[in-house]
Amino acid sequence: MIRIEPREAPSRWWTLGVPVASALLALLLAAIPLAFAGANIIEAYGQMAKGVFGSTFAFTEMLTRATPLIFTGLAATIAFRAKLWNIGAEGQLYLGGMAAVVVGTGMIDAPAWVLIPVILMAGAAAGAAGMAGPAYLKTRFGADEVVTTLLLNFIILIFLQMMLEGPLQDPLGMGWPQSEPIVDNGILPQLVPRMRVHAGLIFALVAAGIAHILLSKSVWGFKLRAVGENAAAALHAGIGVRRTLMGAALVSGALAGLAGVGEVAGLRGYLTTDISPGYGYTGIVVAMLAGLSPIGVVISAVFIASIFVGADTMSRAMGVSSYLADLVVALSLICVLVGGFTARYRFVRTNKGDK
Amino acid sequence: MDILQILFSDSFWAASLRIATPLIFGVLGALICEKSGVLNLGIEGIFVAGAMAGWMAVWLGAGLWGGLLVAAAVGGFFGLIHAVLTVPLGLSQHVSGLGVTMLATSVSYFAYRTALPDLSSPPRITPFQPLDIPILSDLPFIGPVLFQQTAMTWLALFLVVLVWWVLERTPLGLAIRAVGDNPDAVDAQGLSVYALRIGAVVVGSALMALGGAFLTMSAFDSFFFGMVNGRGWIVIALVIFASWRPRKALLGALLFGAFEAFQVRLQTQVGAFVPSQVFLMAPYVLSIFALVIVARRAEYPRALLKPWFKGQR
Repeated sequence: MIRIEPREAPSRWWTLGVPVASALLALLLAAIPLAFAGANIIEAYGQMAKGVFGSTFAFTEMLTRATPLIFTGLAATIAFRAKLWNIGAEGQLYLGGMAAVVVGTGMIDAPAWVLIPVILMAGAAAGAAGMAGPAYLKTRFGADEVVTTLLLNFIILIFLQMMLEGPLQDPLGMGWPQSEPIVDNGILPQLVPRMRVHAGLIFALVAAGIAHILLSKSVWGFKLRAVGENAAAALHAGIGVRRTLMGAALVSGALAGLAGVGEVAGLRGYLTTDISPGYGYTGIVVAMLAGLSPIGVVISAVFIASIFVGADTMSRAMGVSSYLADLVVALSLICVLVGGFTARYRFVRTNKGDK
Repeated sequence: MDILQILFSDSFWAASLRIATPLIFGVLGALICEKSGVLNLGIEGIFVAGAMAGWMAVWLGAGLWGGLLVAAAVGGFFGLIHAVLTVPLGLSQHVSGLGVTMLATSVSYFAYRTALPDLSSPPRITPFQPLDIPILSDLPFIGPVLFQQTAMTWLALFLVVLVWWVLERTPLGLAIRAVGDNPDAVDAQGLSVYALRIGAVVVGSALMALGGAFLTMSAFDSFFFGMVNGRGWIVIALVIFASWRPRKALLGALLFGAFEAFQVRLQTQVGAFVPSQVFLMAPYVLSIFALVIVARRAEYPRALLKPWFKGQR
């Protein structure tokens, strides 16, 4: 018989080693689908590495990809700490993007140092509003936020289509469902000349730093964890559970909204219905891989972005489907889940009848 | 009046049942999983995997029923992954389920793209055909609504009866319900909590995959990316709406199908005044409403989402 029992104290090595090992294992497991696709495995990994480290362009593209993932990873981190299952970052991202084009395409005529903060705040507010609804339905009616946020993702995307074929459509866009471009003063500055990586990355890193301090040093961070670990006990200890959950929801939604702002005002310059290839969902993997630590989110976002950018390059060079990247991302989530288990528990061999 | 015309047309009721069919498979699968205490958010991906695998098997030369078996087996396989992660290992059912959805979706897309690299139009199979039963199919109204559906719709209706009977009328069903309510009591009876839960999740996931297979093997004849489009999440809402009862779940799926069929027809009449997206949004909005209305009264299986370890009370 094999019995499962908790480890005394998960050592530091386990908590740090497990995510790294999981990520590497997922990357190694990619060899199986690569073999199925009939690709030369060594060459495929080489192409992937080249796609990330091969040139300044490759490396900055990876950072460009990591930017929204840091935001959505932080969004998941904050919510999941309070055991608030916000699976709606994808929709909140698009709400942020919509708010950015509402205020950033000519409504406000202001210099960049005014307009950019306004756009950021509008996007954050829209994202927060997108999560306030499900959080209210949860605390007021007990409606499961997993289902409501998942369904809202579809509602928001369809709403966006409606807006882009209606009020938000670019009159000069020849009928394409896309918004007007963000005015020059609203565009987030580039970080490296002629490369696409933009100031959104700096904002994302700052957000991660603030989230780290909030979660580990502030009373709010403590409340968040208390509510997540045992809501009944937290209530008993005099913590306003509803307030704390709503706070987590607003911050989480705002962060996801900022991901959308970055994509619109930093990368594309305008809004379409395909600015996110699932960054909201991938953010969950980023957060889990990071063990719900904001600093870890930055590292795991860079890892996941490398997988995506590397797989794109490999796909173009070798004709292997770039869905391989999504496969590796899913595998890393499952590996880190199992790995997290081995950090907290161990298997003990027992004799039959032994209790 | 036009609305009455819609409600009295046989094509409307036939479409309602057709649209409800994948949801019926889905709610039955989700219900079995959740009755045993395991929420299976892998459903969205298992739908995709069932749709892809069933279709691919037929495209490679299997018969239609063989394709369904393949779909069910693939669904069961992904269910097994979820079951192992959440039952003996007791990991977060939310995160594990989302992980299974991501895995099943990406494996399916990767496999499809790898098998069919550059095809501009998706290849087709010969799907299940509408049944043509002498006399019955020619009955007015009832004929087109009930007896000109494909065999898969009948399979779904048969499974409703079977699942209801097993869950409510057999010792096995009693054990599955008990393991989702009070696993300690089941353990004290000498039954294996792990085996019951893993079994329920695997079987439930196989049923979900059949729902996906309906899309590519009966409703349509080819596989598209994004064709599942949130149906899995709607199923999760429907199961809560049905308070985990098979007959209510059937009713919920049928109501949902009727609503979908109705709005498509309404759209053709008022489409000039109302943007089409309003209609596209409606099913998701409706699901949220249904959830909010019943949330407080829903009789959750008491051990749902709660991991259980042998020898730890």
